[in-house]
Amino acid sequence: MSTETWTLIIVGLTFAFYLYVGYLNRVRETAGFYVAGRGVPAIANGAATAADWMSGASFVSMAGLISFLGYDGAVYLMGWTGGYVLLALLLAPYLRKYGKYTVPDFIGDRYYSHTARAVAAIATIFISLTYVAGQMRAVGIVFSRFLQVNIVTGVIIGMAIVAFFAVLGGMKGITWTQVAQYVVLISAYLITTISIAWVLTGNPIPQLAFTFSDFAVRLNQIQVDLGLKEYIRPFQNFSLINVFFITLALMIGTAGLPHVIIRFYTVPRVSDARISAGWALLFIALLYTSAPALAVFAKYNLINTLHGKTRAEIEQIDWAVKWEQTGLLKFEDKNGNGVLEMTADKATNEITIDRDIIVLSTPEVARLAPWVVGLVAAGGLAAALSTAAGLLLAMSSAVSHDVYYRIWKPDATESERLMVGRVMIFVAILVAGYFGVRPPGFVAEVVAFAFGLAAASLFPAIFLGIFDRRMNREGATAGILVGLFFTLIMIVLMRSNRLLGTEAPIIASFLGINAQGIGVVGAILNFIVSYAVSRATPPPPQEIQDLVEEIRVPRGALAPVAEH
Amino acid sequence: MDGERNNRNSKAVAYWKANLKAIAILLAIWALVSYGGAILLAAPLYNLRFGQIPLSFWFAQQGSMITFVILIFVYSWWMNKIDREYDVHEE
Repeated sequence: MSTETWTLIIVGLTFAFYLYVGYLNRVRETAGFYVAGRGVPAIANGAATAADWMSGASFVSMAGLISFLGYDGAVYLMGWTGGYVLLALLLAPYLRKYGKYTVPDFIGDRYYSHTARAVAAIATIFISLTYVAGQMRAVGIVFSRFLQVNIVTGVIIGMAIVAFFAVLGGMKGITWTQVAQYVVLISAYLITTISIAWVLTGNPIPQLAFTFSDFAVRLNQIQVDLGLKEYIRPFQNFSLINVFFITLALMIGTAGLPHVIIRFYTVPRVSDARISAGWALLFIALLYTSAPALAVFAKYNLINTLHGKTRAEIEQIDWAVKWEQTGLLKFEDKNGNGVLEMTADKATNEITIDRDIIVLSTPEVARLAPWVVGLVAAGGLAAALSTAAGLLLAMSSAVSHDVYYRIWKPDATESERLMVGRVMIFVAILVAGYFGVRPPGFVAEVVAFAFGLAAASLFPAIFLGIFDRRMNREGATAGILVGLFFTLIMIVLMRSNRLLGTEAPIIASFLGINAQGIGVVGAILNFIVSYAVSRATPPPPQEIQDLVEEIRVPRGALAPVAEH
Repeated sequence: MDGERNNRNSKAVAYWKANLKAIAILLAIWALVSYGGAILLAAPLYNLRFGQIPLSFWFAQQGSMITFVILIFVYSWWMNKIDREYDVHEE
């Protein structure tokens, strides 16, 4: 059977399975809709969190990104995993003890303020929306690349699938579908990576093959010989200060992302929240520690196979011909010497490798069976759909729970709330789909926003709400606003060439820190302003201080907090 | 009555202190492997080998992540132990 047939069969089967799982887990009450009835076992929540976290971009592009950044690609590896340590130690167990539905819930109650609640809701919606647009796009791209349908059709199919289990099952449907999607995506990734590690090094365990074979050193030498940057030497692509700040911004941002935080409301107990963060990171690390191995092996293999060949020799390699047709691989004999050569200079380089090809082409390059290609397509789709679903829920619950129920209509009945929840998630899917079909030209820029804003606004507010009993409404609100606006303005100024259409960025960096790392400065400002303002204004009411005492201790039910 | 309340408060304070100590120790390791091993000490550790690759490169692309996973499982085990010692664990 052909690759396309296999892809169609495997993608079709996995989609049918997701729909079945979603149908089994449909819900009828709000606790089921928002927090899966708090009945998700710790290990299942870990797998769901991992699928929620790892996006279509993580699956398709990350190994490629690392293969181009070499050592400095560590900002993404450490940044996107280290945040879970912060989440597990500083936020997750306490938020589970507090036990409501959303992030704005906690911020609004803890700071006894609808202003704080509304600001947190707006931050949640903005962060999730910028993120989800990219996911829908990824769904469209995977469809068009593997199944030869156009991107719009791909986005619409993806929207229909997500709409089915998200509207019907809310958090419960999404959680169990994500568990299934994790299994699909990790199988696809590991089969691919293990195969290429085995073929090249004879060691089937990618993490060991990476460390105990000399392929990283050999790739480094090849890059030096070609005049490219050294692969295994630090700070070739980012300065030390930028590696430091980008890593920290991604870590703090990860810990402050609402769609990840709300997953820890779904487990039964505080101790489950702790261990489930461990399972989540273990499941994530399976892919994230494989990615740098795949990056080295695939890049070594591509350069080794293609560099210095003649046009006729390239045409003998069937995968090279196929990927050239997609535009992800480009050959051009610029100096007309009959041989295709890679160089460091764009003007003379004759082989252009798109970073996405590192993952997508590996099954064929490593001569794996056609069904593996189909599995990789299904894995990419699983990664994109599971992340989109989690983001859509975070976004719609900020509107339907925090804005509609907590602020606007506190006497809404259970069935009204559930209805509004379903309608909002449907609206969110339509909005996300629109951005998937017509992506704003600056998708890459807005991802810096999502992490920067989460780091500068939500993380400090939640952290101080737990660890500083004296923190009050005035301090937290001032801190969030300063962090938010500082980060927003800095990113706009540093990316003004893309966002405002200026010729060059208005400022190049802030004390040497670029747009991706600026969230750290926003977070520090948030902490300083919160502390100063809170100490100059009255302490929070006694009932709030009691609430802080209670969420610090695992045992016991929480006393109800008066609604303000 | 007051005595019992003070007793309960001092126990809660001691529990919180034990909790903060665990967090501080684990976060120190978290910072050491990533910001230390892979970033601030990247240049000196580059000259040491782990397997066939420089030690700082291993921390940057493998070691930090492996340590992070272990840290969370240790935290979970440690906190459950502290919970029981101070009798605040869940039923």
